[in-house]
Amino acid sequence: MRTSLGIVRGLGSAKDGTEHFWVQRVTAVALVPLVVWFMASLIALSAGDHASLVAFLKAPVPLIAMLLFLATGFYHLRLGMQVVIEDYVKDEGMKLAALLANTFFCTGVGTAAVVATLKISFGA
Amino acid sequence: MSISKAAINRPTSPHLSIYKPQISSIPSITHRITGVGLGAGTVWLAWWLIAAASGPEAFATVQAFSGSIIGRLLLLGFTWAICFHFINGVRHLIWDLGYGFDLKSMEMSGWFTVYGSVGLTGLIWVAAIMMRGAL
Repeated sequence: MRTSLGIVRGLGSAKDGTEHFWVQRVTAVALVPLVVWFMASLIALSAGDHASLVAFLKAPVPLIAMLLFLATGFYHLRLGMQVVIEDYVKDEGMKLAALLANTFFCTGVGTAAVVATLKISFGA
Repeated sequence: MSISKAAINRPTSPHLSIYKPQISSIPSITHRITGVGLGAGTVWLAWWLIAAASGPEAFATVQAFSGSIIGRLLLLGFTWAICFHFINGVRHLIWDLGYGFDLKSMEMSGWFTVYGSVGLTGLIWVAAIMMRGAL
């Protein structure tokens, strides 16, 4: 039941909780093989130098895997951090600021990582 | 008319300080802490990739930091954090499918997560050290 005042103020559920829950799980399932690949790649690259990392990301399959890992990981991070912020930040203003910062951080750092990966792969 | 602050500011429960740490609660909060920690770690990952994109010199700077004592300790911490979040994440997915919810299974999978994350961290580092042929 929602009161008239509640409806006017726009309080209550935004009705997008189910999708949030679901996408958190979809990205989690996708990250299972992607994290295994990422960790195995780090182990393989740990003995190498700059040239070996560049050569690695110039191959199409590692490039695709890396881009998928970054995109899925940063999306999963944004959803997870959102829940943490909503649970622990009580003040509405602070919460709004933290949620914005979370989105900007994940989009910004994620884009930077993707562009860097593409530059390594397609660079001279 | 505004709602007074006192009316909203109700006491919160549970009071964390009076609860004994349990195998149900500790992995739960650790999952969040490792998640937030790994989120902070993405800056390092991005730095590593950006440096590699910039060239061998910038890349050498990142590698020097990663190879330092502080860098190694942080990498060890991140390795464990990703192992824990990975195993406990799979545990959550299994719960989402409706399995392993009874107390005994939950406690068993909780301890598996704790010991498994430490064991997996060790395996990853042994594999990396063997690849490098040195620490």
